[in-house]
Amino acid sequence: MIEKLTKWARLKSPWILHLNTGACNACDIEIVDALTPRFDVERFGILLKATPRHADVIVCTGPVTRQTKDRIIRIYEQTPDPKFVVAVGACAMSGCVYRGAYNIIGGIDQVIPVDIYVPGCPPRPDAIIDGIVKLLKKLEQAK
Amino acid sequence: MKKITIPIGPQHPALKEPISLRMTIEGEVIKDADIRLGYNHRGIEKLAESKTYIQNIYLMERICGICSHSHTTCYVQAVEALCGLEVPKRGLYIRTLVSELERIHSHLLWLGVAAHEAGFDSLFMYTWRDREVVMDLLEIISGNRVHYAINTIGGVRRDISEQQKEKILEGIEFLRKRTEYYTNLGTTEPTFVARISGVGKLPKEKAIELCAVGPTLRASDVASDIRKDDPYAVYDEIPFDVCTADTCDVLGRVVVRVKELIESYKIVEFVIKNLPAGEIKIKAPRKVPEGETVSRYEAPRGENIHYVKSNGTDKPERLKVRAPTLANYPATIEMLKNGFVADIPLIFAAIDPCICCAERVVELIDVKSGRSDIMTFSEIKRKYFCEKKRETL
Repeated sequence: MIEKLTKWARLKSPWILHLNTGACNACDIEIVDALTPRFDVERFGILLKATPRHADVIVCTGPVTRQTKDRIIRIYEQTPDPKFVVAVGACAMSGCVYRGAYNIIGGIDQVIPVDIYVPGCPPRPDAIIDGIVKLLKKLEQAK
Repeated sequence: MKKITIPIGPQHPALKEPISLRMTIEGEVIKDADIRLGYNHRGIEKLAESKTYIQNIYLMERICGICSHSHTTCYVQAVEALCGLEVPKRGLYIRTLVSELERIHSHLLWLGVAAHEAGFDSLFMYTWRDREVVMDLLEIISGNRVHYAINTIGGVRRDISEQQKEKILEGIEFLRKRTEYYTNLGTTEPTFVARISGVGKLPKEKAIELCAVGPTLRASDVASDIRKDDPYAVYDEIPFDVCTADTCDVLGRVVVRVKELIESYKIVEFVIKNLPAGEIKIKAPRKVPEGETVSRYEAPRGENIHYVKSNGTDKPERLKVRAPTLANYPATIEMLKNGFVADIPLIFAAIDPCICCAERVVELIDVKSGRSDIMTFSEIKRKYFCEKKRETL
């Protein structure tokens, strides 16, 4: 019963954590943009949360830098199960133009498992919303 | 009272980007502050040495997503100076147009963030809604909302049509009306003014001494603007005023930026109405002659400096970026001192920090001994790269 209730609540209102792992700010402002009046993801019940302990979905931007690597893992571990990761932007997918730089490890999937990739440099807010809505289907199947 | 050190970040609700602040507090009052960088350090300068000049335009663009045009313009100006290229007037006008539109988008974005940190969320939503108008204009001109990729060595990549001009003028007219409303709101709304006035004081002498730049400096009553002091592109032909405020606090920084918005609208209208006919770019050589140069640019956050050294090949030998946020850090620490813990996000947001711009050198601080080292690239490489070589790349 409780499980059913929490699942219903998660589907109706997934809470997201925005995690910048070394991005250039472009994807970050597009994510914030998606929260503001023109795109307004709050109509899907999506809320931006400040701490990983409240979040269901981690929205990652940027390539992984060596210094943030351990922090990403820590934040991932702090998030309660079931957790989902969205990689927003070309950098979070593969490293984009920064590939080959000495301080870059690569995409987010080098460090933590990723559920949805949103391509673009940066992706438009509508693309990010589309990614999150597609993730909702995955949420439905999760236990 | 006992002194306590509290860490803020790298992942913190008040910060949009990874940075770590260490505050030493006594009760509610901040006694000392320390900024730790490196979470966003990607190694762009080193990477630039292995890419060609043309490839580097797109790499420079991705130093920062908010002031992307600032970095590319600063970079291409340096390369054009090295090659001795004379960029066509129309190209320079379009470059100026995009840079002013970028300033508008950046200042509106900042106004929203500052209002949000002051607890005035309706203003945040308003400014971000209106910001969509300028984002649409940038998309019309360049085809992308954030990274415009309009610059190339020797000019710009896209021309502007008559239809686009009309659309831009319409958009600017709408934004001007909205900005008048913000000016009224930001300076008369009693709760908002009470929250931001007197916070984060930076006296004029201190601002000059600590080498603050951009709106942070201008809010301390110093009329310094690279567009006026050392005109680049076509700023010497465009009439505009340098905006200052004398309150030296967060209120002053809001006033300066709102005034600058109005100036930017004027510049955009002037550029559209006086756009000369002709070519938009000239062909640039693949190899750049030997030499070194420094290029300056007034980004929305302040003075941006690029240093380029070439060795006669198609790749730069050294490329150094000094972003405005880095220049504002010492001033920020001064502003934080003797402030309240609750003011940290507001003061920090008031310099319009762009961490990804500023992540050039890594400073390492030993927590136990409090010793701080500035490391060179080779040292970092030796220390970190060799240690972690075994891990998968």
